Amino acid sequence: MNQQELQALRTMIVAHKRWDMMFGLLGILALMIALMTFTALFADMAINGLGRISWEFLTSFPSRRAANAGILSAWVGSVLVMLVTAVAAVPLGVAAGVYLEEYARKNWVTDIIEINVSNLAGVPSIIYGLLALGLFVYTFGLGQSILTAGLTLALLILPVVIVATREAIRSIPQIIREGAYACGATTWQVVSDHIVPYSSAGILTGVIIGMARAIGETAPIITVGALTFIAFLPPAPFTGEPPAGVFDWLFAPFTVMPIQMFNWTSRPEAAFLANAAAAGFILVLMTLAMNGLAIWLRYRLRKNINW
Amino acid sequence: MIEINMQETQLPLKAEARNLSFFYGSFQALKNVNMPIYEKRVTSLIGPSGCGKSTYLRCFNRMHDLYPGNRYEGAIDFHPDHTDLLSPKVDPIEVRMRISMVFQKPNPFPKSIYENVAYGLRVRGESARSVIDDKVEAALRSAALWGEVKDRLNEQGANLSGGQQQRLCIARALATDPELMLFDEPTSALDPIATASIEELITELKEKVTILIVTHNMQQAARISDYTAYMYIGEMVEFGETDQVFIKPNKKETEDYITGRFG
Repeated sequence: MNQQELQALRTMIVAHKRWDMMFGLLGILALMIALMTFTALFADMAINGLGRISWEFLTSFPSRRAANAGILSAWVGSVLVMLVTAVAAVPLGVAAGVYLEEYARKNWVTDIIEINVSNLAGVPSIIYGLLALGLFVYTFGLGQSILTAGLTLALLILPVVIVATREAIRSIPQIIREGAYACGATTWQVVSDHIVPYSSAGILTGVIIGMARAIGETAPIITVGALTFIAFLPPAPFTGEPPAGVFDWLFAPFTVMPIQMFNWTSRPEAAFLANAAAAGFILVLMTLAMNGLAIWLRYRLRKNINW
Repeated sequence: MIEINMQETQLPLKAEARNLSFFYGSFQALKNVNMPIYEKRVTSLIGPSGCGKSTYLRCFNRMHDLYPGNRYEGAIDFHPDHTDLLSPKVDPIEVRMRISMVFQKPNPFPKSIYENVAYGLRVRGESARSVIDDKVEAALRSAALWGEVKDRLNEQGANLSGGQQQRLCIARALATDPELMLFDEPTSALDPIATASIEELITELKEKVTILIVTHNMQQAARISDYTAYMYIGEMVEFGETDQVFIKPNKKETEDYITGRFG
């Protein structure tokens, strides 16, 4: 290769690398748009609401006077509803995912079920609210309770849990399955000794991401009849009206964080808007904490699993 | 038909394939395979890629049952009780309880070394700690791994080197006292030193157990096996004592493959 050809080659490489640089910049810009939007929103909420956040804000019931109002009933309601959601959605979603991956024959029936599960993930949440109103509130008579709300949100995140379970199971190499079967294991032994333990990180991540979505849901909760103003907590075990049991709180009326926020934003006084911003700030923190937990759990559980 | 000529025909059989054919859907991967497997001997299967040797091996523990659309014809007569391994009436789990397998790529479970070896026992419902302890130690000793891992039985199996992992998988396959062990190219993912130690191990193991091994390495077949079968496109071309197959093969095709003129 003579000097001239070498020069031409170098010019060409420089020109090609310019495109590398251009795309890199474009990527950073795209990333910034997403990040900056969130940061701006979060900062705005923080500026408006941070002054309101105090121990009293967390431990007070809502009030007609903005300065006395707090989010006690809202965050307790959110936590209890999430608890019911997790308890209902995890076993159902994991069992469904395991069935589809490990037991179901691959035929057109399974294909239809698969398509339906994906479609369910795209159904608007208000539809789940209507379904729950008809099914849980009127047909089963569960009332406008924490149980109803938890089950509704469980249905809502069920597709997310199923899909996460299936993805996690699919990442287990076939040779691990074959190794277990070759030891004489039944499908149930393979599932309980290997498939579920090895996919638990992915499943948990999916569950928490689903819950992080559910905790911010407002429409279906309003539909099933959550209260917007509530100045008492669900009964702790054995403290409700006699005969008091452990699970009385399941049937108690409740409110949740986004509904409390919604209530406050519809008030004309500026002080209530500050309350809403403060509640929003805490709701975002709750969501971020859940996502952080998901990342940490995934790291912890995967540390020992390398194929 | 294949010709079987050998001196020690009085050797007891462990298994015998009779007119064994196998289909992946409509594709016939094995055609009328007939082959004896002698007790406490190493039998190796050689042949070019895609000749059906792994497919044949995986018939012995009914691995093909895991996937839809697979179909067996013929029989594998398993001695001494003359169970037909391929019969739909025989549960594949029963077959896999008697016949264990070591895979091409080491596949330890992401569990401790101890739990890896104990798994076969746990599947059988064994829960007495002392029994499991003893069997785990015995299996690790037989797999020539005890000395290297006895102080770290609770570490993850994946922390071992490739060769150690494969010996761990051999220990797992040994712990349940199998009657027949299947090896599917057990050294193809290993370096030469690890390969040598696995080969030595297989030679020692044949005192206790019958071994059927697939290898793509003809020197390996010559070194470790007593009997060799040469397969080509789903057919058993030649079967005989390893020395005879390698030194004076009956078939031209076998000779061409062994001398490297083909394959």
